[in-house]
Amino acid sequence: MSPAIEAQSLTVRVGAKALIDQITLSIGQGEAVALVGPNGAGKSTLLRALSGEIAASAGVVRLKGRDPRRYSPWALAQRRAVLSQDITVAFPFTVAEVIAMGTGERRGAAVEALVDDALDEVDLTGFRDRIIGTLSGGEQQRAQLARVLVQLACGEAQCGPGVLLLDEPTASLDLCHQLDLMAIVERCHRRGTTVIAVLHDLNLAALFAKRIVVLDRGTLAGDGSPQQTMTDAMLRRVFGVADAVNRIPAQGSPFVLPHGAQKLARREPALHAG
Amino acid sequence: MSGVTRAALSSPTARQVAQWRSATAGLVVLSILLLALLAIAIMAAAIGAAGIPLGRLPAALGLATGNIDPATLARDQLVLWSVRLPRIVMAILIGTLLAGSGAIMQGLFRNPLADPALVGVSSGGALAAAATIVIGDRMLAASQTPLPFGFLPAAAFVGSLAATMILYRIATRENRTSIAIFLLGGLAIAALANAGIGLLVFIADDRQLRDVTFWLLGSLGGATWAKAATLAPFVVAMLLALPFTVRGLDYLALGEAEAFHMGVSVERLKRLSIVMVSAAVGAAVSFAGVIGFVGIVVPHLLRLVIGPTHRRLLPASLVFGAILLLAADSCARTIAAPAEVPIGILTALVGAPFFLAVLLRQRSLVGL
Repeated sequence: MSPAIEAQSLTVRVGAKALIDQITLSIGQGEAVALVGPNGAGKSTLLRALSGEIAASAGVVRLKGRDPRRYSPWALAQRRAVLSQDITVAFPFTVAEVIAMGTGERRGAAVEALVDDALDEVDLTGFRDRIIGTLSGGEQQRAQLARVLVQLACGEAQCGPGVLLLDEPTASLDLCHQLDLMAIVERCHRRGTTVIAVLHDLNLAALFAKRIVVLDRGTLAGDGSPQQTMTDAMLRRVFGVADAVNRIPAQGSPFVLPHGAQKLARREPALHAG
Repeated sequence: MSGVTRAALSSPTARQVAQWRSATAGLVVLSILLLALLAIAIMAAAIGAAGIPLGRLPAALGLATGNIDPATLARDQLVLWSVRLPRIVMAILIGTLLAGSGAIMQGLFRNPLADPALVGVSSGGALAAAATIVIGDRMLAASQTPLPFGFLPAAAFVGSLAATMILYRIATRENRTSIAIFLLGGLAIAALANAGIGLLVFIADDRQLRDVTFWLLGSLGGATWAKAATLAPFVVAMLLALPFTVRGLDYLALGEAEAFHMGVSVERLKRLSIVMVSAAVGAAVSFAGVIGFVGIVVPHLLRLVIGPTHRRLLPASLVFGAILLLAADSCARTIAAPAEVPIGILTALVGAPFFLAVLLRQRSLVGL
């Protein structure tokens, strides 16, 4: 089966600095992948390049077999949906109006039904007619997630299983809604959607994804199952932290508990001259 | 006005929002606005230095034959058809253009404080128009040919376009539009354009000076059917472009990246909006001078009633803008009759306090 999304020697430069340096990655249709790495590793940049938002300086990106920037924006929007971080809405749109934007050109009762389902899915049923700017950060994040899910569902109805790209989707969510989000992502994954999420929280990454991609200073520093990637060696090398990985005894699943861990000396910054 | 402002500035509750934000409510509001425009147009036709009582209006319009003294009828018809109606039509067209470009600019810059006159777009147009009058006049003086009729609007369009594009470059970086930089950058562009106009005033002769002053304060005094006919295509172009911009402008409220992710061709939308705003403002400025604050007051008030969805906001703004400018122009030509108060002064008197009120409410947005 051809991959849903792939990158070959992908490089993204800003000036002389390579934010993404020669990354080759192939993600199959229906996979759920977590992108992890320290601050500034290039996680969001990689996501933006995969989504077609920014152009590759060198190398190739393919989304469903084609460079995302060669699709028309509308055709691309039907094949992949993106949830960014910290979206601010400029005008007093209601929650329902923002979510309805995910339906594109649809009108009427179908839109209302899609919006109501999405509100229910993200646990915002009572917030339908509230001005989105008056909601808390976490509530706004869930409303934006609902919009993205509606876009994904509408696209999948037209073009088959799509790609869902999430940038720090859990950042402002409480524990309960983090679990809700994971359940939502799990449902998408089960119906064949490819999910790629930038995650800050390594434990959440291990819980959510069967595959973890580790980025470090713009390069690929690990790619595999949580057991393969979440090791003391990786944490030491990439995050500069030693002795933090523990394992849940029954399944052997790794988890990171910084209690008793030690921070190593500050790492040497890599040379990025491209 | 103060009552309206107070009511409009208190934020609506969730229930009010749900009541007014449907497609039906949008149509109801649009119908009410159209009826109000008709009523104000009839009033405007009746009042003025040479008044035409409402009873004589149908006859003067040729809609009815009453037993009116033929001399009075002839006078009424002359006043109505060659002075008042062209002026009413021009006020409607210019109000439409100014409010429409204000609403589009606000959507484009994701900023409820955008107004063409406030951020130098009108000044850019006025500078180009003034330069055409003063410099063009001198160059043509030798050959004794008058300035070609369409030349002034074209120059004003180019000036507005340049100002809009410079503003966009200044205010937008890495897909984000900074509201503070937008306002300050606009201020700088306006100051620069006004300095240029000042320089032209300095070198202008008396007759040119009168023309240039007219542009700076704004007036519909020179209204003719020919000018109205030149403005009409700009309004038609704006109406034709609306279906291609409303959805994109909604999505743009979430940011350029989000709009792109949802399938909007952002660059094309930006180009279309900038050209549309520049053409509309350039046309309005070239015939009526700089008239500020219509573009900010109209969409802001309407957003509070029917919500920010551009599919409803833009058509309503066009009609409300026509109402506001027609009402302002009617005041301008009657409150000190037979003298005329420049309309730009009137709109600024009402609009500037309104702008301050909006600014104070949005302080957190601007980061002050």
